Amino acid sequence: MSLKKAQDLAEAGVITEAGNAESFKTGDWRTFVPQFYPANCIQCLFCWIYCPDASIKVDLSGDKPQVVGIDLDHCKGCGICANECPPAAKGKAALVMVREEK
Amino acid sequence: MSKVLQQELVALSGNEAVAYAFKQARPHVASAFPITPQTEMMHKFAEFVANGESTAEMILVESEHSAMSAAVGAAAAGARTITATSSAGFALMWEVVYIAASLRLPIQMALVNRALSGNINIHCDHSDSMGGRDAGWIHHFCENAQEAYDTGLINFRISEHMDVRLPAMVNYDGFIISHKEDALYLLNDDAAFDFVGPYKHKYTLLDPARPLTVGPLDLTDYYFEHKWSQLETYPRVFDVARDVFDEFADLTGRRYGFWEEYKLDDADLVMVVLGSSAGTAKDVIDEYRDKGVKVGLLKLRMFRPFPAEQLQPVLAGRKAIAVLDRSASFGGWGGPVFTEIRSAAYGLPGAAPIHNWIYGLGGRDFELGHAAEVIEALQKIAAGGEQPIHNLLGCRA
Repeated sequence: MSLKKAQDLAEAGVITEAGNAESFKTGDWRTFVPQFYPANCIQCLFCWIYCPDASIKVDLSGDKPQVVGIDLDHCKGCGICANECPPAAKGKAALVMVREEK
Repeated sequence: MSKVLQQELVALSGNEAVAYAFKQARPHVASAFPITPQTEMMHKFAEFVANGESTAEMILVESEHSAMSAAVGAAAAGARTITATSSAGFALMWEVVYIAASLRLPIQMALVNRALSGNINIHCDHSDSMGGRDAGWIHHFCENAQEAYDTGLINFRISEHMDVRLPAMVNYDGFIISHKEDALYLLNDDAAFDFVGPYKHKYTLLDPARPLTVGPLDLTDYYFEHKWSQLETYPRVFDVARDVFDEFADLTGRRYGFWEEYKLDDADLVMVVLGSSAGTAKDVIDEYRDKGVKVGLLKLRMFRPFPAEQLQPVLAGRKAIAVLDRSASFGGWGGPVFTEIRSAAYGLPGAAPIHNWIYGLGGRDFELGHAAEVIEALQKIAAGGEQPIHNLLGCRA
């Protein structure tokens, strides 16, 4: 992304474009990354509710919302989703934190 | 030139006069926390709100940090906003004082100058204002209640101008101006509001059709560029201010500038002061003029932005210059006014020696004898005599 010149910026650094956080990728801070196992997922949506960002990707096209993965451009790797994921239903968690390997 | 307005001569304290000016500008929001010697100013303004003379939303907060924060929020929402403080109250506002200027919000503040602690002292000096001199506000200093009232009105126009959009403070000396009953001319309410004009915002947080983020995180990639655009603004303040001073002079007959000159045209010796001390200095200059001493006064009114280039022709061609500072810069090479004036005069052909006197700290009176002491020293310097660069005036040391 090329950076704008000072003359081309809004006065006082005011942001006039709503929702532009999506285009600012903040997912490179992680030490741990959530791994998603769809076969273990009971679609309780706890991960989506608890995610402090908006990094749980949910498909809204069907009758019920479906967790389909993680937005790794914005996930900070906090691990809250994996902590909240209830493994009891199928014995195995659908979200597990693993060390990020570059 | 239009006809000068008929004005009413009244007796008011400096605090009452500024409260009156702020009321006449019909602000939408006022937020403040009381502190001596500012209290009476906001007390008077609150009275205007209580009796219906002002429709401002009066926000009574739990600290000055909150007062300035509320002012920033209100101004970002698109409201004409006023506040007032003194001394430690201004110091507690510190973080948000910078934010107000960075967000380009034309908030108006009455800063009733009082010494900073410690030890605790409620009387006048300029250490509060000078502590915030680099925060990005417009700073005007006033000699009396008339100037404080007029500047209170004038600041709205400079500050809110679309080419400026910077917060402004009217500085006036605690107790000496704030509490002294003074005679001054007031504009009638309609004329004052016609001069100030209705408020126009440049951006507002309250328009759902145009959502905004104000004051976001701004790191290594863009912070510097945003500071550039703020820095570019200050030179424009001078042009805007000149036009406003002209318009005010046409309306009221009272002409202001970045500074006032008193018997300065042919003066070899120059005293530079801010605020109420100018009155005392003028009296003593009269005495020395009667004795044939060519001494004059440069009363600086606008300290930020500092009119350095504009001052250069005034500083040139003198024999000795004394800069009086009513605040110390601890560990610095002289008071804040001294370092600015000396810097402005650097490189002028045949530049006069410039010396500094720190005076009046913690409300110590500036007496006739003190002004005379400075003029005696100026005569000595002009004759080639020895005089320290840094001096104290009126201190038992």
